Amino acid sequence: MSKYTEDDLREELKSKEYEYGFYTDIESETFPVGLSEEIVVAISRKKEEPQWMTDWRLEAFRIWKEMEEPEWANVNYEKPDFQAISYYSAPNSKPKYESLDEVDPELLATFEKLGISLDEQKKLSGVAMDVVVDSVSVATTFKKTLAEKGIIFCSISEAIQEHPELVRKYLGTIVPQKDNFYAALNSAVFSDGSFCYIPKGVRCPMELSTYFRINQAGTGQFERTLVIADESSYVSYLEGCTAPSRDENQLHAAVVELIALDNAEIKYSTVQNWYPGNAEGKGGVFNFVTKRGLCEDNAKISWTQVETGSAVTWKYPSCVLKGDNSVGEFYSIAVTNNYQQADTGTKMIHLGKNTKSTIISKGISAGKSQNSYRGLVQVNSRAENARNFSQCDSLLMGNECGAHTFPYIETKNKSAQIEHEATTSKIGEDQIFYCNQRGIDTEKAIALIVNGFSKEVLNKLPMEFAVEAQKLLEISLEGSVG
Amino acid sequence: MDLKEKLVSSFLAFENRVDLDSEVHDIRSQAIKNFETSGFPTKKDEAWKYTSLKGVLKHDYSVFPKHADAIDYKDVKEYFIHDIESYKIVFVDGKYSSHLSKTTHDGIDVCLMSAALTKTKYKILIDNYFNKIAEKDSITSLNTAFASEGAFIHIPKGKIVEKPIQILHFSTGKESATMLQPRNLIVVDENSHVQIIERHQSLTGNPVLTNSVTEIFTNKRAIVDYYKIQNDRQEASLIDNTFISQKDQSICSVHTFSFGGKLTRNNLNFYQKGERIDSILKGVTIIGGKQHVDHNTLVHHIEPNCESHQDYKGIFDQSATGVFNGKVVVNKEAQKTNAFQANNNILVSDKATINTKPQLEIFADDVKCSHGCTIGQIDESALFYMRSRGIPEKEARALLMYAFSNNVLESVKIPQIKNRINTLIAEKLDVNIGFDL
Repeated sequence: MSKYTEDDLREELKSKEYEYGFYTDIESETFPVGLSEEIVVAISRKKEEPQWMTDWRLEAFRIWKEMEEPEWANVNYEKPDFQAISYYSAPNSKPKYESLDEVDPELLATFEKLGISLDEQKKLSGVAMDVVVDSVSVATTFKKTLAEKGIIFCSISEAIQEHPELVRKYLGTIVPQKDNFYAALNSAVFSDGSFCYIPKGVRCPMELSTYFRINQAGTGQFERTLVIADESSYVSYLEGCTAPSRDENQLHAAVVELIALDNAEIKYSTVQNWYPGNAEGKGGVFNFVTKRGLCEDNAKISWTQVETGSAVTWKYPSCVLKGDNSVGEFYSIAVTNNYQQADTGTKMIHLGKNTKSTIISKGISAGKSQNSYRGLVQVNSRAENARNFSQCDSLLMGNECGAHTFPYIETKNKSAQIEHEATTSKIGEDQIFYCNQRGIDTEKAIALIVNGFSKEVLNKLPMEFAVEAQKLLEISLEGSVG
Repeated sequence: MDLKEKLVSSFLAFENRVDLDSEVHDIRSQAIKNFETSGFPTKKDEAWKYTSLKGVLKHDYSVFPKHADAIDYKDVKEYFIHDIESYKIVFVDGKYSSHLSKTTHDGIDVCLMSAALTKTKYKILIDNYFNKIAEKDSITSLNTAFASEGAFIHIPKGKIVEKPIQILHFSTGKESATMLQPRNLIVVDENSHVQIIERHQSLTGNPVLTNSVTEIFTNKRAIVDYYKIQNDRQEASLIDNTFISQKDQSICSVHTFSFGGKLTRNNLNFYQKGERIDSILKGVTIIGGKQHVDHNTLVHHIEPNCESHQDYKGIFDQSATGVFNGKVVVNKEAQKTNAFQANNNILVSDKATINTKPQLEIFADDVKCSHGCTIGQIDESALFYMRSRGIPEKEARALLMYAFSNNVLESVKIPQIKNRINTLIAEKLDVNIGFDL
């Protein structure tokens, strides 16, 4: 038998298809392609929404029609044809289930392939999950445990039905319909998403988690997430994504709104692994997401994200530090390989006194990818003693990729203290040599070094996620060593 | 009639007046077309996001100022670095002033752009260098369209120019509002060394808008030290566009001292077209009132093994606004690049604003690039330490601020310039102490 050489390995890695690239044949109910007022109304009717919601969607649609697609980001892609997308797709098996046994077995098998066994999660980690497959939430676990504490954790369509007063009060207050092109589109056509309300003084006993998947061919995914942490409450929210292999580009335009009232704390963690396209840059998901949080007095919002997937990522989880003594944090790892492009970062808007923000961003680019950090730190004139620390580090692998930093710092108050630093470097040959010398092969050595490089951010992730994220980093960078 | 229309319509008259060969004529016609299509930049342009020209453009500027009366050396002596032997190229309202100047053709050419553009012996230099690296953006194009006068400096191979060269632009305010567009070309050949000092100064309180373009070519192993002293009156605005092309092993440093003017915009662009090049960009900005200073820098690393160092310090009082927009681009061929960028700022008053955007765009993997940016205050404990030793608060603050900007001053090679800057800083901070401690 011929020896298995390094070339074979490289060949194998190159041809290795997206592991999670499979397609579940669930009978879906899909709307005709295209977008018009009728479609918006139809989505609203389909979900049996009250009139105010339909009006809200229509208003967003009218605003969207007037808007132009933004072009300022440092990414190149073929613009999606918004009239060629189907805006609603829901798995057909209704009604909702009380227990997991009732869920379509094929669907469960899909999750098993992803390594997310609901049962396991339920039993071992105590994670309650609101599973979204193609826009409609099909399984909600641990709902009862949460209900005892007064915590509402359900799909947003359910929340519109059952808690209209909360949704109406907060929906669109942080990300208004006219905020940007994709937020307007999302506001008009969002099909589902998650809603979470933590009552006063309650500490959510478990990590809340949602897994998103894009399943049906040619459907866009427009989630809307609304998390409200009432005074002195605490919640940690996880969001993870994988998507099956598709050749045409798929669009993902989500909106996430977080509201942390006085003394509340929200921790929002994301692992994003949408299909990044194949090695030639064909296919892949467009990920254009608007995420923003509002902090009242003494509140804290912490964003943690691990971005390894998507052909094009365009995402800036932001914090509006409105209340005095509020804190905003942003920890991010963005990995791009092959032809992926990522333009991501954060905005920290300091409005209140003694507000603090921390930004740690780690970008890793390999192959022919482009990775940008774009951030804004704004200190308004009334924000006495604002404090910001930003650090953006980039790691480059090979000379065909690019790393870019665009930090904007705007200060209008003399008592502000702001530090920003950025570095760009590659993995040192001496570091690799050191590992090789001790019997660690180059591929493993790189994984090790990348893990070390990203550690500051990985440490911020909840336990289960950290393990998964580490694996993702390794998978994303496979074959990037030349 | 707004300024843009006025400029475009006066272009024809201008073209008829100057008698020039067809090549420069083509460059000019193309340039005015560029300007006509894009117009003056607005806040919607990313590069002008934090700087609005609105307040500056509202005056009815005279585009071709009338010939000014001669001015006496004793009236303007203070604006020269006069305690040093130097060559001088002086312009008054855009016209060359021979009695204030001291030019030469002895081994080196320190003379005028108008001569270089018309005399055949300079044709080859003009063909090779004129408008070769200046960008084609609207502001630079506007200058190119009206390019006719300014400084022309050519240092041939292997010359070390002992005396520095001072370029001064005075405006007399004879007209109610004046617009000046000097165009400078500096060519430094292999192994040569030159030091240049540039200053724009208005002599009265009438508004002046200067849109200056300077192209500098440093050939192999050449060394160029350039100092820009900006301490103009409150009504004067300056858009200073500098483009520098460097060849192998050359070293070019530009120090910008911005203390005055209503609006100052410095577009400083370095293109490294060779290996083992060093580019140095330094600046001190100390402003107050309603002044606005915008540093917009670009260092483009094109070839391997080069370095760049940027260090900008800013102190902003009252309602002053500061902008720093530094960009470093590293091409994928430019391996082993070392690029550093630092921008430190102090806000003294609650109404002062600083907007900074240090950018890195990197396409090569084996590089060391870093940038740092801070905004902070004077260390209270350091202040207390000095006060407890009998130094009054105001002086103590001034000393701390001086120390803050000292990094930049240390690399100034001509002691007379350093002294001058020290005096200006003391004046600006309103203290009566010498900093030559």
